Amino acid sequence: MTAYIIRRLWQMIPTMLGVVLLVFILFNWVGGDPAYVLAGKISNQEQIDNIRRQLGVDQPMWVQLWIFLKQVLTGDFGASWSTNEKVAHILATRLGPSLTVLVPLLFLETLFAIGLALAVAYVRGSLTDRAVMIVCTVGLSISILVYIIVFQYVFAYKLGWFPVQGWGNGFFENLLVYASLPILIGLTVSIAPSLRLYRTFFLDEINQDYVRTARAKGLSENRIMWVHVLRNASIPIITNLMSSLPALLLGSFLIERFFSIPGIGREVILAVERSDFPVIKAITVYVAFATMATNLLADLMYKAVDPRVQLK
Amino acid sequence: MNKTAMVNEVAHTVSPGLWALAWKRLKSDHVGMVSLAIVAAFIVMMILSGLGLVAGDWSRETGVNYAPPSFIGADIEGGAPAAPVSPPAGLPAGAPASEHKSSVVDPLADVLAEIRGEKKPTDATPEAGAGDAGKSVDPLADVMADIKASAAQRAAKGAAPAEPPEARAPTLPFGGDKWGRDVLKKAIKGSQTSIFVGLAAAVVAVFLGTVFGAVAGYYGKWADDFFNWFYSVFSSIPYLLLILAVAAVLQQKGTLTIILILGLTGWTGVFRLVRGEYLKHKAREYVQAADAIGASHARRMFIHIFPNVSHVVLVQMSILVVAFIKSEVILSFLGFGVPVDVVSWGSMLNEAQNELILGKWWQLAAAGTAMALLVTAFSLFTDALRDALDPKLKGRSGA
Repeated sequence: MTAYIIRRLWQMIPTMLGVVLLVFILFNWVGGDPAYVLAGKISNQEQIDNIRRQLGVDQPMWVQLWIFLKQVLTGDFGASWSTNEKVAHILATRLGPSLTVLVPLLFLETLFAIGLALAVAYVRGSLTDRAVMIVCTVGLSISILVYIIVFQYVFAYKLGWFPVQGWGNGFFENLLVYASLPILIGLTVSIAPSLRLYRTFFLDEINQDYVRTARAKGLSENRIMWVHVLRNASIPIITNLMSSLPALLLGSFLIERFFSIPGIGREVILAVERSDFPVIKAITVYVAFATMATNLLADLMYKAVDPRVQLK
Repeated sequence: MNKTAMVNEVAHTVSPGLWALAWKRLKSDHVGMVSLAIVAAFIVMMILSGLGLVAGDWSRETGVNYAPPSFIGADIEGGAPAAPVSPPAGLPAGAPASEHKSSVVDPLADVLAEIRGEKKPTDATPEAGAGDAGKSVDPLADVMADIKASAAQRAAKGAAPAEPPEARAPTLPFGGDKWGRDVLKKAIKGSQTSIFVGLAAAVVAVFLGTVFGAVAGYYGKWADDFFNWFYSVFSSIPYLLLILAVAAVLQQKGTLTIILILGLTGWTGVFRLVRGEYLKHKAREYVQAADAIGASHARRMFIHIFPNVSHVVLVQMSILVVAFIKSEVILSFLGFGVPVDVVSWGSMLNEAQNELILGKWWQLAAAGTAMALLVTAFSLFTDALRDALDPKLKGRSGA
């Protein structure tokens, strides 16, 4: 096990270097001299020169790459070009709000999607099943933007059940007051695809021989569905869950922007709007690293769920 | 075809090819055929609109500002053309222009006070600009700033054409936007942009994915290692983040730019599948036979193997079209997509967001419905296509 983890971490290094290289090429080579971008933001020529010196713009490419690599390793990306806030501080303070929305969302989504999918798979072929599938297909094709705009208008603006936007100071206040509508929207958007997918996973299992055996030996339907079928279907579910994490991030970009939640997603959009390269670079590199870590975690979880899986 | 005819003469039963079988299966799938018809109608509309035959006059301001849909009837107090054009000055904080909505303001008052009182230090971005600073006081400030900005921009742009004042209809069949343009025509024009971007970007992505996947799967060894590395680098950055990073670097906006952004970042899924197929196919007998008759590597890859994996590519392409249309809408909504003077579903939704607060919901409905219709039809068609081309997968509807 330990040997496997070490080998996987070792194999990650080329990919990490690749991500660093890709971001470097994008921002230092395609992006060109930052002086053009900076000229529109900072009037102080001395400051611009300072930033250019820090990035080593006048040095050869490999020196610039080395400077960037050092930034990635030390986590010191300097200061934001727009607000002069330390990039490390931006990342540290924006992570909390993002997670306050994402973690409950992921938890609830998994719970609801699995429960509903089991129920729908159980009554497969019935009118309920077909109606739910049609609702899911249509619901999937409506843009997430429409959901956010309409929900924000109806539930927050018209009915006043939730604040229109904003963020407080206390964790519980944020979770219960400000994050609830964003979580509700996230659920509405993300349950439909998961439900459709999990239903097919359950359908694959429901027709297996072991289900018939379980029924033959007199197990209750509840036990068959929740213990036997669910356990066997959980491997593809974990894969999907892990691979949907980046997609959740995508949804959270928009949700955070609409609801003015000071999270990573809103920071990315603000940074792109302001051409704030250090912030985008830092977020891109670290989110990529986090994605690789979740992939490894997913593989380890297969092993925990299904002892037959051989890690090699 | 003539080969078939020849064999038929000798009275052999010939099994139809993959495509003929697939078409037969697709034809018997009613849902699939209906969605194919809808998708085809959208594409015809896109072409006609591109040629200027349909909705060519979408930018003509035929109705009054915010002309309501005909089935609702003329708006009594909003009918005056001058009233809602530049609301920011007259708009009280957080309240829509009309008085009869004052009941709406009340529930917001507490929220406002709450936000005012408590949201001070969370926004630790001192130079965040007027939009951010104002947000802590007035939840609608940025919306108003948007309205202000687009009104100003409109004023600057609108000054040039100086059309003669024409009689403006009080209502339009499906409603009008801020400047009295027909939202139906706008939605058609918008679908032209969105569908074109989706199709073109999918072609770019599928081309890249197929070529990379073919080379990696066919040659194996270091080529496979290299492209796998390339793949893992691209796929470890979440898709939207990568798009936004590229959009940040490429400063110029344009339809071509967004096609390239989407296409250059979206090839990974195609690559993975095509590589797998090539790995499987390169050892088959027909490829060895091609080698024996002296076919070059390129010929074996693209003339012999490619037709046998093209069904995978086709399904991937239609999945990508839907994904790219969705991405384009989000990007254009955020203002990183098509330029301001090009209308797309995303830019319509962006305008609709502000209009909804004034109670003008029809642009949102037009853009949202058009997009939902196309995406539903396209997804159902993709499912039908996959079932027709690969019956083994029937019933599996992937994410």
